[in-house]
Amino acid sequence: MSRRAGTAALLAALLLAAVFPLAVSRPAWQNTAILMLMAAQLGVAWNILGGYAGQVSLGHAAFFGTGAYVSSLLSMRLGLSPWLGMLAGALVASAFAVVIGWPCFRLKGHYFAMATIAVVEIVQAVVNGWERLGGAVGLYLPLAESGFAGFVFNRSKLPYYYIALALLVLTLAVNWLVARSRTGYYLRAIKDEPDAARSLGVSLTRYKLQAIALSAALAAMGGTLYAQKELFIDPGSTLSTSLSIKMSLVAILGGVGTLFGPVIGAAVLTAIEEGSRVLFGGTGRGTDLVVYGLLIVLFAVYQPAGIMGWITGRWPGARAARREEEP
Amino acid sequence: MTPLLQVERLTKRFGGLTANEDVTFTVGEGEIAGLIGPNGAGKTTVFNSLAGFFAPSAGSIRFRGQEIAGLPPEAVAARGVARTFQIVRIFKGMTVLENVMVGALLRHRAVPEAAARAREALRFTGLERRAADPAGRLTVAEQKRLEVTRALATEPRLLLLDEVMAGLTASEVQEAVEMVRRIRDRGIACVVVEHVMEGIMPIADRMLVLERGRLIADGPPQAIANDPAVIAAYLGEEYRAPGA
Repeated sequence: MSRRAGTAALLAALLLAAVFPLAVSRPAWQNTAILMLMAAQLGVAWNILGGYAGQVSLGHAAFFGTGAYVSSLLSMRLGLSPWLGMLAGALVASAFAVVIGWPCFRLKGHYFAMATIAVVEIVQAVVNGWERLGGAVGLYLPLAESGFAGFVFNRSKLPYYYIALALLVLTLAVNWLVARSRTGYYLRAIKDEPDAARSLGVSLTRYKLQAIALSAALAAMGGTLYAQKELFIDPGSTLSTSLSIKMSLVAILGGVGTLFGPVIGAAVLTAIEEGSRVLFGGTGRGTDLVVYGLLIVLFAVYQPAGIMGWITGRWPGARAARREEEP
Repeated sequence: MTPLLQVERLTKRFGGLTANEDVTFTVGEGEIAGLIGPNGAGKTTVFNSLAGFFAPSAGSIRFRGQEIAGLPPEAVAARGVARTFQIVRIFKGMTVLENVMVGALLRHRAVPEAAARAREALRFTGLERRAADPAGRLTVAEQKRLEVTRALATEPRLLLLDEVMAGLTASEVQEAVEMVRRIRDRGIACVVVEHVMEGIMPIADRMLVLERGRLIADGPPQAIANDPAVIAAYLGEEYRAPGA
């Protein structure tokens, strides 16, 4: 597969994604597709920190929730457009990420991951008890007039599909640019051998903070989209550890540190989630979690490089195409 | 003229253990200094203090006239000190070229420019044909060479080489010796920690000998090889110069 073929495949995938909801009109299928796109976007955002920089965060729901709450509160209290709220949420989440990254990055490996779990649990507990933020009851967003300006679409979920797709493309583009930049090389170096990276002039703190700020901003944008789509947010749905784990799982299953790995991971995970819901219904609650757990074990043992690693291992041409893109 | 590197009364303690005590020496521009001593003498501790990985307990390290003791490694690297590691620490998830690019990016922020500089460095150390290979696939000798190349790509004035010849075959040692010489010829000073005597003795301008954390000898290789204290501590009879 040459570089040109790769670009062609990418354009074909994008075109397919663009016409998919026109061909498949069943709302349930469309909704599943939206969930897939949203999960993929979050996985790609997580991948900047967890994949490229190798800092496994299990607290990314804190940033997702920040995005959801900031845009919703600004819209409810000040009447600010959710589009601007999305940017505000991204900025607040970035700042928050730097504040918690500063101490947490002193911890390595599993200890860092555990600290991030603590962060999201603390944030959830605080919001639960904070009446002005809706507390444990959550926030119902006002039913604004349907339309693009208000970021609310009542008649059809279709616009959400395209917004989710656009956000995914944006997140992929940011990821792609980072990977090819000085920062991208430094993040991979930090992941492999932090001491060697330092000896070559790389400040660990500086580049990890850059990664978490960017990763948090993109996750927060996903949070705003979720809030506008559901028009209801509460700590349980937007600030939970299980959501954090899902973000990391999407990337790990698909392939950490690869551009499209999380997209594939999201497709597989969402299919499992929705499939088990349809198959088992209410009695099967948690079946998806059992399958997740099984997948984690299987991938950790047999395929640590994820689905992308399996693909490039099976068709070496795909890897050669990747190498050609290197400068 | 102030020497390139001026180490004065460098002391490093870990709790009750004194790894380096009152170590004083200088390294001039473009000089090769060999740092030898028995295992546990504190050679790598000196390296770690020089490269910013340890903050010395006492003493000073001046590089080009400026105090660098206690600065973090990345700041020391930015000032022009590069190092390799005793146990190689290459970036296994990257290609050979990418490894070297990480070094080159210190002085050249644009990625294409860094790639061009990295290729130059690989040409210099003879690893160019391996540029596209994953770094993990190199032989041990090549991995050590890659670490040197990566350090050179930061365009240092002083290069700290930690046992680059250990575990190499005789012909690989010869290649490594040749490489160190060519690095010096570019005007880069080298401090070389080495156990392989036939590797370091012929190329060193000066030899520094550590024993139990203290510097017990400092002089030209010939003088060191005849120093009774050094022979007793470390070298053994076979390195006594003929006729001595």
